[in-house]
Amino acid sequence: MMTALLGRLGWDALPLRQPIPLAAAAVVALVIVGALSLVTVKGWWPYLWREWITSVDHKRVGVMYVLLALVMLLRGFVDALMMRSQLALAAAGAQGYLPPEHYNQIFSAHGTIMIFFVAMTFMVGLMNFVVPLQIGARDVAFPVLNSVSFWLTAAGVLLMNLSLVVGEFARTGWLVYPPLSELAYSPGVGVDYYLWALQISGVGTLLSGINLTTTILKLRAPGMGYGRMPMFCWTALASNLLIIAAFPILTGTLGMLLLDRYLGFHFFTNELGGNAMMYVNLIWAWGHPEVYILILPAFGVFSEVITTFSGKPLFGYRSMAAATMAICMLSFMVWLHHFFTMGAGADVNGFFGVMTMIIAVPTGVKIFNWLFTMYGGTLRFTAAMHWALGFIVTFVIGGMTGVLLAIPPADFVLHNSLFLVAHFHNVVIGGVVFGAFAGYTLWFPKAFGFTLDERLGKAAFWCWFVGFYLAFMPLYLLGLMGATRRMQHYADPGWQPLMVVALCGALVILAGIVLTVVQLVVSVRTRDERRDTNGDPWNGRTLEWSTASPPPAWNFSTLPQVAALDAFWRTKYGAPPDTDESADGSGSDPLPAPDTASPLSVPRPSAVGVVIAFFAVIAGFALVWHIAWLALLGLGGVVVTGLAHAWRTENEIEVHELYLNTPGISA
Amino acid sequence: MSTTVTADGIPARAPKTPRSERGPAPTRIVVSYGFWLFLLSDIILFAAFFAAYAVLAKHTAGGPTGPQLFDREHVLIETACLLSSSFTCGMLGLAFERRHALFTYLFGATTFVLGAAFVALEVSELGHLIATDAGPQRSAFLSAFFALVGLHGLHVAVGLAWLLAMGAQVATIGLVPLVVQRLRCFALFWHALDIVWIGVFTIVYLGAR
Repeated sequence: MMTALLGRLGWDALPLRQPIPLAAAAVVALVIVGALSLVTVKGWWPYLWREWITSVDHKRVGVMYVLLALVMLLRGFVDALMMRSQLALAAAGAQGYLPPEHYNQIFSAHGTIMIFFVAMTFMVGLMNFVVPLQIGARDVAFPVLNSVSFWLTAAGVLLMNLSLVVGEFARTGWLVYPPLSELAYSPGVGVDYYLWALQISGVGTLLSGINLTTTILKLRAPGMGYGRMPMFCWTALASNLLIIAAFPILTGTLGMLLLDRYLGFHFFTNELGGNAMMYVNLIWAWGHPEVYILILPAFGVFSEVITTFSGKPLFGYRSMAAATMAICMLSFMVWLHHFFTMGAGADVNGFFGVMTMIIAVPTGVKIFNWLFTMYGGTLRFTAAMHWALGFIVTFVIGGMTGVLLAIPPADFVLHNSLFLVAHFHNVVIGGVVFGAFAGYTLWFPKAFGFTLDERLGKAAFWCWFVGFYLAFMPLYLLGLMGATRRMQHYADPGWQPLMVVALCGALVILAGIVLTVVQLVVSVRTRDERRDTNGDPWNGRTLEWSTASPPPAWNFSTLPQVAALDAFWRTKYGAPPDTDESADGSGSDPLPAPDTASPLSVPRPSAVGVVIAFFAVIAGFALVWHIAWLALLGLGGVVVTGLAHAWRTENEIEVHELYLNTPGISA
Repeated sequence: MSTTVTADGIPARAPKTPRSERGPAPTRIVVSYGFWLFLLSDIILFAAFFAAYAVLAKHTAGGPTGPQLFDREHVLIETACLLSSSFTCGMLGLAFERRHALFTYLFGATTFVLGAAFVALEVSELGHLIATDAGPQRSAFLSAFFALVGLHGLHVAVGLAWLLAMGAQVATIGLVPLVVQRLRCFALFWHALDIVWIGVFTIVYLGAR
């Protein structure tokens, strides 16, 4: 009876005997209860429900994505601090303070959170917020679906964090390689939490990719040809095409592992013909494109930041777009470099090594384009520009260690060492995280109508920059000395000094994170000093700066008419004197007149996203704990909610003409 | 300069304006395009399972092999059901594009019956395999086979549920543009499943030797 009712769930799922997880769970529970009671006491629920939770406005959804990513950054960084402090202590005979089974959960959770729920979520948030504004659209192609995507991501986050309190998380690393992740070797619920959290949020990501690709390809403003799209839109297009092409592979692969674990299939088991290396191949067929899903939007952010603060158009726009699409294609041809040691043979390894090095070519093109954009420009060293400059230096180093690892013989030595850990943090922090913060700084005033405090922003940058080098340069050395990744303690006391330096670096990064929070609080409190009154605080070049900050729900009262690249700059200053407009015939084209005749409408808010996500969490939790009736309830809830939505026939609200013309009105 | 604006606010074609510069596409195009992208992603999902099948097809672990298990006549009848349902689905498309409610119901029902027959035949085939100790737990080959064929069958079953819901929508809301748009997406989905099945039939059943 109890098993039918509760499946495998019991009191032993709570970490009552483990002090560290218990304390962590208590802190998280207190923070959540505190936040919820504050909202209740202040009476903010109706506002939150109406304006945010049920909002299908791409700008609101984008802001919620970024907020979720920032919160998860804190969570993932706590894991990082625990790992670095453990390794600073656990030298020679010492065991540190984290037992191996807990340490293994921490590095698995750190990787999963940072890639899926920080980097991915942050980038999807920026693309959601910026892309429709940059292409002169009123919203994304499918606004309700966009809300569903966000809430499914949030559902994945919630499910994954539930594992902190109820049960355990995977101890297998962030990609749960079999056979370790098979039922025989991981009988607990940790891997199941991982799988269901990622399946749920993966559906959200896929839908978001379809949505943004359709938006970019089909909803551009009149005159916005492909050669006139801002570079961020090009990189967003490439990134979302990769999501469409790669995420189904993740869904399929994790689905096969689920079949192995739940129904006794033999895809990846050691017995009856299963092939664990097939998992590794499949997961990296998704995983390598995933790297570019993360970094390409960051490249786009840097292109926008560098052109804006150099006061110049992007150098080599066409080569930049071509390099972006080349990376998009090549990213599917290098997956095997993640496991040269599989033993595929010299020719196969050689092919993938060469392909990997070839990717450095379009990336190098990009770096030179950014340098030449700055050359001869009128540079303004704002906080966003700091992130961009720090990126160029750091990313080049990370790229070069990547080319080192692309040499199969070198990889045999460095495989699974701290050298590898240093390399991918070098590109992910130096590329994606710096890009995320650059975009956050650049577009914050567009979202909220005031700029962030520049001085604190620069201070946060310097902490991240210095902290990164302190934390990860020692790991390169340790990797060369033979230190492997995912080790909970080590015998050689000679490694300890470098481990302590790495811990100090992590603490400097902590200061950077604290400064980011302080910057947000200070900026909100002193917002009247830095109001963005004309919608264009940075003297921007692209269409998002042509509308108010924050923009109205419908973005543009009349659809912009685009005649050239850097459309808004052209509106402000006219065509540059040395361009020959008639050369490609674009200058002489008659453009359609503004569509003032059609009534302006915005999509109706919808609770379908949050309700579906609620049932998805229930279904995921029930499946993790093998509670059949609850899983059916959750799935049924998802289906019924979808059906109820299908009978909604009023999908738009007309914006009244009078309301439209009132100055200073925002959604 | 004279520019006309069509009813849904889309500027009409101006001469010499390249296609990519003509402004946002009408809803009909946007929805179909988005659904095409979804179908492509779905086909990639199938591709992952096809790849797994190709890798594991010979990994029978001493258990039964494909040629020993597959009843090609049974599968041929299955295939005939599904392919003819694609034809009736095409007729369904002609009916709803003409807003012809009776033919929409008629061809919708025919498509449903043929699709349900396919699912029933497939369930009987897989059930027979499980009953004769050739279930997915027997070997990696059978795991990959059950997953690939089962994934396709699951898609068809979801399509059947979708078709039922569309019947209810036509009955309650009528053949308004919103419903017609969804019927168009359904038709695309159904034809895509047919294409996937041709892959399954060719690679799994005809390819077994």
